[in-house]
Amino acid sequence: MALDGNEKREFKVIGQRVKRPDGIDKVTGKALFGADLTAPGMLTGRILRSPHAHARIVSIDTSAALAMPGVKAVVTSADLAEPEDDFFRDIKDNVLARDKALYDGHAVAAVAATSRSAARAAIRAIKVEYELLPHVTDVDEAMKADAPVVQANRADESVPAGSSPNVTSYFEFGHGDLEAGFAKADTILERSFKTAATHQGYIEPHACLASLGHDGRGELWCCTQGQYNVRTICSEICGIEATQLRVTASEIGGGFGGKTTCFIEPVALALARKSGKPVKIVMSREEVFRASGPTVSSSSDVKIGMTKDGRITAAQAKLRYQGGAFPCGTVEFGAQAAFAAYDLDAVQTLGWNVLTNRPKEAAYRAPGAPMAIYAVESVVDELCQELGLDPLDVRLKNAARKGTLASYGPTFNDIGLVATLEAAKAHPHYGAPLGENQGRGLSCGFWFNFGGNTCVSLNINHDGTVGVVEGNPDIGGSRASISMMAAEELGIGYDKVRTVITDTNSLGFNDVTDGSRVTFAVGLATIEAARAAIREMCKRAAQIWGIDAEAVVWEDGAAKPSGPNAGDHPPMTLAEIAAVMDNTGGPIAGHHEVNADGAGVSFGVHLVDTEVDTETGATKILRYTVFQDAGKAIHPDYVEGQMQGGAVQGIGWALNEEYIYGEDGRLQNAGFLDYRVPVASDLPEIETVILEIPNPGHPYGVRGVGETSIVPPLAALSNAVSRAANVRMHELPMSPPRLLKAMSER
Amino acid sequence: MKNTHVTTTVNGDAVEFICEPEETLLDALRNRLGLTGAKEGCGTGDCGACSVNLNGRLVCSCLVLAAEAEGAQVETIEGMADGEALHPLQRIFIEKAALQCGICTPGILVAAKALLEKNPDPSETEIRYWLAGNLCRCTGYDKIIKAVQAAAAEMRSA
Repeated sequence: MALDGNEKREFKVIGQRVKRPDGIDKVTGKALFGADLTAPGMLTGRILRSPHAHARIVSIDTSAALAMPGVKAVVTSADLAEPEDDFFRDIKDNVLARDKALYDGHAVAAVAATSRSAARAAIRAIKVEYELLPHVTDVDEAMKADAPVVQANRADESVPAGSSPNVTSYFEFGHGDLEAGFAKADTILERSFKTAATHQGYIEPHACLASLGHDGRGELWCCTQGQYNVRTICSEICGIEATQLRVTASEIGGGFGGKTTCFIEPVALALARKSGKPVKIVMSREEVFRASGPTVSSSSDVKIGMTKDGRITAAQAKLRYQGGAFPCGTVEFGAQAAFAAYDLDAVQTLGWNVLTNRPKEAAYRAPGAPMAIYAVESVVDELCQELGLDPLDVRLKNAARKGTLASYGPTFNDIGLVATLEAAKAHPHYGAPLGENQGRGLSCGFWFNFGGNTCVSLNINHDGTVGVVEGNPDIGGSRASISMMAAEELGIGYDKVRTVITDTNSLGFNDVTDGSRVTFAVGLATIEAARAAIREMCKRAAQIWGIDAEAVVWEDGAAKPSGPNAGDHPPMTLAEIAAVMDNTGGPIAGHHEVNADGAGVSFGVHLVDTEVDTETGATKILRYTVFQDAGKAIHPDYVEGQMQGGAVQGIGWALNEEYIYGEDGRLQNAGFLDYRVPVASDLPEIETVILEIPNPGHPYGVRGVGETSIVPPLAALSNAVSRAANVRMHELPMSPPRLLKAMSER
Repeated sequence: MKNTHVTTTVNGDAVEFICEPEETLLDALRNRLGLTGAKEGCGTGDCGACSVNLNGRLVCSCLVLAAEAEGAQVETIEGMADGEALHPLQRIFIEKAALQCGICTPGILVAAKALLEKNPDPSETEIRYWLAGNLCRCTGYDKIIKAVQAAAAEMRSA
């Protein structure tokens, strides 16, 4: 059987634009999201949050709240277990503060009551005595020697001696002789940049429903990107054995990385344990902004040397990221990704992770990469302008390709950057005329992509249909893609396959839906599970025919004798084999368990035309085109959707979105009115061009596509606006007041 | 304060519920009547995920008091399909992949239906401005706008 190779390239189902299986539920309002489930006797949970940016918690008096009618439980940090590992202890100290409130919005205590109004009243009755401490919310301020100390003694061994106590980790990547490289340059530019913290902005606030009986058994329903991850975190924080806590992922109303950790689930479990009743917690939008994880804000310096003909001779980036009040590792990704698109002889990136009095950073689509690549791509564009060079030609001239030693260590295998750049160059958008106050910008983008722990079961049913069981929440149509891959491999119709996402007790461990890993890794495991089922079905056919299993092949959804020597038997379809499986050895199922590597990196190029309003500073997007290598687009609609959605989140980041803190360290815009995400009328059509340079690490060539698309918009917009406004921008967002000020100073 | 008794019509059915005086129509639909299709994305009228039709007018149900529904006609996403037959907007949203996570979809469908009842032949710009009160964070709106255009064209030719 020719089933072991990865050479399959002729597709019947893959590449079609089939209807997603959850479509009807989602257009009729039937789909159940985090806040949509209720339980008999359920209580409402609510969380009290610190109004201060930094304060010692002297005392918490819950007696008045507990005495109120309808109040069934109050919990504080003291009601949680003591995880040994720093990673879990930080999550614990974030979901309920231990001895200090570390940011405006930090959870301090929680109540469960018989109604929302009773819970609200009880929250107001909790008396917390705070001792205010000096605070810091800006990354550069936090790195100063005399900055307020957010948490003491959190630096790891990588941090150079003499750094601010708020620096928690330090990274260095690169190769080659920088000094010699810069000496070869005709022009050297060094620029500094800042980017604001942004929020993932999923429309569904965090929500969960928890029960935890006196028998120690727990049930948790929540909107999450990974039910197994929730189980691990809650088990540690609440002191429950993993098997006793069954976590079921609801339909998820957006995540973008922000639902890869826990904010409310351990609190709901603690309240459920104390009250003996199911407890539901739903965050308000204000809580989502103040207390769930935004991305980092950044400050950076980039220095690049270039010859007159556009060859980069040396490049250096210094990146400083603040990830809120707890250590994070995000700058490492930024430092690795910064120069990934370039083939460089001399390159160095340095990165500092820094604590501030802000909410604990959570992953946001290609975490760490957008702000680093923004700075790099801005300097490359300014060099092109200064030297009178075409920015696409310069990228092509320096582009990373197969065999390039990447700035972060590995040597690239098959990658699609050059093809993607060439597609952009050949596209009519690139040569279209521009008018007054208009400018065109472009940027490359990159993301590593991830594989990870994956477990899939594929069950053959008696009627010839197939059930796929997987463990990764479907955040943008992945059940369709997984069903398509199963159907393709088995040789049956897409409509014969149903994929379900199961709970933590029904399937082995799966990593969270992150790193653009699902279509790649769950797809790979599904294909391998299908191959295992095919091997068994061939065996059953061989048994029926009385020939060797090796003499049976699987073609077009049926077992067939491999040649004339195997005998003359009519093919047996999957349905025919399934119908008699009870008599040939029992149930037929395929499984695959893997810690998948081989996720192919993904590159994208974005082109944007903007027009700036010289009176208001407003930017209008005239045209936008996304070019991206998908390896193989399983369902092209949803690949395009990822490209468009990421682009628009990046547009918001570039033009409007930012966390704004006052002098008092409080977040001033914790709502969609003042934290303005792009709306339909802000945007034109987002054109897409999918490139397919197969990833050798996947049987069908799939690369993750979800994250790369948020990376290029920041620099593409900055470059377009800088050219349109004739003034170089170095800070995001380029909100109208900021752009107006820059234009008035040019 | 005592709860309020409300008699109203939802998707053509006469219903009654009791609610707290400060309770929103969205909460009453979701928690009293079990109609969880309308979602709360913000609670401040900024995201449109809770869009319903109240007496022929598109509203954010998070900004309407439940008590205001007394004697009213309320239409929600649950009433949009005619039995098993999806409304053209619903069907075309699936066909054209106009949703990713789907949390904003009920509100956008209710809003788009209200638009097409008012204006059967809207321009792209008119669709974009009409839907500017409905946030979608997944799609970048592109496929949503194209689905509404396609549904409008189909409904005009029907």
